[in-house]
Amino acid sequence: MSSFVLGAVAYDPKVVTIWEGFKTWFATQGFDFDYVLYSNYESQVEAHFDGAFDVAWNSPLAWLQSVRIAQGTGRSASGFCMRDSDQDLTSLVVVRADSDIQTLADLRGRSVGVGAPDSPQATLIPLLSLQEAGLALGEDVSVRVFDVLFGKHGDHVGGERLAARALVAGEVDAACMIDGNHLVFSAEGTLPADGTRILHQTAPYDHCIFTALDGVDEETLARFRALLMGQRYDDPVVRPLLDLEGLKAWEDGRTEGFAQLDRAVDALSFDGAAAVRDFIARVVDKNQAGG
Amino acid sequence: MTAEVSLGALGLHRGGHLLLKQALRALPVGGRLVVRGSDPALSVHLRAWCRSQGHRLDLGAAPTITRGAAEVGRWQGAQRAGSLGEPVAHPQATWGLAARGARVEAGGPAFAFPLSDKDTVWTDDAARIYAQAAAAQWDPATAIDWDAPFELPDDVEDAVVQVMTYLIENEVAALLVPSRFLTKLHPHFREVAQVLAIQAADEARHIEVFTRRAGLKRQELGLSTTGGQASLKTLLDEPDFALASFLLSVLGEGSFLSLLRFLQAHAPDPVTRQVARLSAQDEARHVAFGLAHLRRHASQEPGLLSRLATAIERRHDALAHTAGLNEEVFDALVLLAAGSWAPADLARGFDRVVALKEDMDAGRRLRLQRLGFSEAEAARLSGLHTRNFM
Repeated sequence: MSSFVLGAVAYDPKVVTIWEGFKTWFATQGFDFDYVLYSNYESQVEAHFDGAFDVAWNSPLAWLQSVRIAQGTGRSASGFCMRDSDQDLTSLVVVRADSDIQTLADLRGRSVGVGAPDSPQATLIPLLSLQEAGLALGEDVSVRVFDVLFGKHGDHVGGERLAARALVAGEVDAACMIDGNHLVFSAEGTLPADGTRILHQTAPYDHCIFTALDGVDEETLARFRALLMGQRYDDPVVRPLLDLEGLKAWEDGRTEGFAQLDRAVDALSFDGAAAVRDFIARVVDKNQAGG
Repeated sequence: MTAEVSLGALGLHRGGHLLLKQALRALPVGGRLVVRGSDPALSVHLRAWCRSQGHRLDLGAAPTITRGAAEVGRWQGAQRAGSLGEPVAHPQATWGLAARGARVEAGGPAFAFPLSDKDTVWTDDAARIYAQAAAAQWDPATAIDWDAPFELPDDVEDAVVQVMTYLIENEVAALLVPSRFLTKLHPHFREVAQVLAIQAADEARHIEVFTRRAGLKRQELGLSTTGGQASLKTLLDEPDFALASFLLSVLGEGSFLSLLRFLQAHAPDPVTRQVARLSAQDEARHVAFGLAHLRRHASQEPGLLSRLATAIERRHDALAHTAGLNEEVFDALVLLAAGSWAPADLARGFDRVVALKEDMDAGRRLRLQRLGFSEAEAARLSGLHTRNFM
């Protein structure tokens, strides 16, 4: 019998530690689990449709890519589990405390620093706020991309930190970041105490989600899901894995939290969003041609 | 159950989370905490902080945290690593580096400390010996009068340098052996680890002062022989803590105690006499610790004495083909104790070295008997001790 295989993106060396740990733990539960790592989400999504593995641990953008490719090829994608820490995130647009910018509209003629071009939290979702406030990206407001690890959908914090530093250094007039990183940057001093002001907070959205495509073995998937949902933080064997992966409990997957990103992918007049649309179209074409 | 906490102007990025944690700890899991505060980023940071801590947050008129179960869950199954004052017989591998008496979270990594059996390492005297050692540390820069004036005949100075050269390589062995066992010892036996550590520090200091004395008037050191190093290597090769400390501390450093006292009495210059006196003080503690933990070990393990005896015999056989104490060191000791080439002085120096060897033998026999060997067995085993002294 072959293993139940997960696809994940190696955005950091700890990813190996995490999934090796899960593999060992699943083995103790009598569940034959393995994983395969990709260097970027696009390769992972494409390989998922090629049937290279059973389920994907997807970024929100990779989830949307999967949903849209499935729609375009007559298939279906379902999300089934997420971390408690994946729910109800918000992103911020931050300015210097002494800035004369009081509303998003005041960013007209100014510059905004964002994270990686494919980062939902540090780029796509906050830029949607700007665009929906009536600012034409690249025309009314210049967008400076702090591009770290393209293809990793912003999983790495580096781009956000660079944008925050550029804000403090006066190189940009505003910077975008996830709420949790604002707390981290403020506590560590990247954002000096009282030196910045939160201009805008987006509506809440959700983050990573396990994704399955039609054709997956439903019985094995149900077992995988049940084992995950049974992981408890008070279990000392499981706890280090949950700590590494950054959660206290697994929650049922929900997909309504991706609405903003869905809009951003469609509506954003921005290279990062265009690249997403191109990628989706290419994989749809490929699968239609192959199918 | 609902409580309230006021952070005032304090933000979560500047320590406000401490007040939240303190207030939440007083609530049961599921209890609610209303948070008041004026930091402009408070609601943004509360959202991020609660998400990372596994608490639920409701943002209404006043933000309200519902305490999650993660903190309680983390400490379920935690265990005390023994008690502050007394080590347990078999500390667990997962207690690892934790302070004795600390509450250790369950699920930690298992550390490989091969010396984790109280019977093989412990003595109640360890704390006292460590305290004595800590109080008796001396500073080589100030404890020795390096500028004390003296002038020796060239050959006598050479003899002193040869003895220093010999002492240094022996002290290197005495540094490495406890250091190696220190890394294998379960840190639960804190006092024993402290004794081994300060013993290593003592030897580091001895190496320094012997080196400095050797270099006082000379640019080059003396000879290092194959036989001497072969003898010392058997100490480094001994993997068993009891056997290694028996051979090194009880027999080797015990014999060295006689040698250092000999130098303290008969060395021809004040600096050599001082370094010997101070080093002998330290070595006496090393011998005392070795005796103390081996006596306790022997009382717990009836077969230990015969294992110790076998270790001496094995080492004797391994070294039977070597030359023993090198002639250069022996001759240097005679000349050093003589102080000149005058035949009458040489005769006196020779007699003193003979007396030294008798003193070493007497000391070894006494210590062997303290460990529980019979008088006859002690005499036989002392005779098998390495001729290299250490």
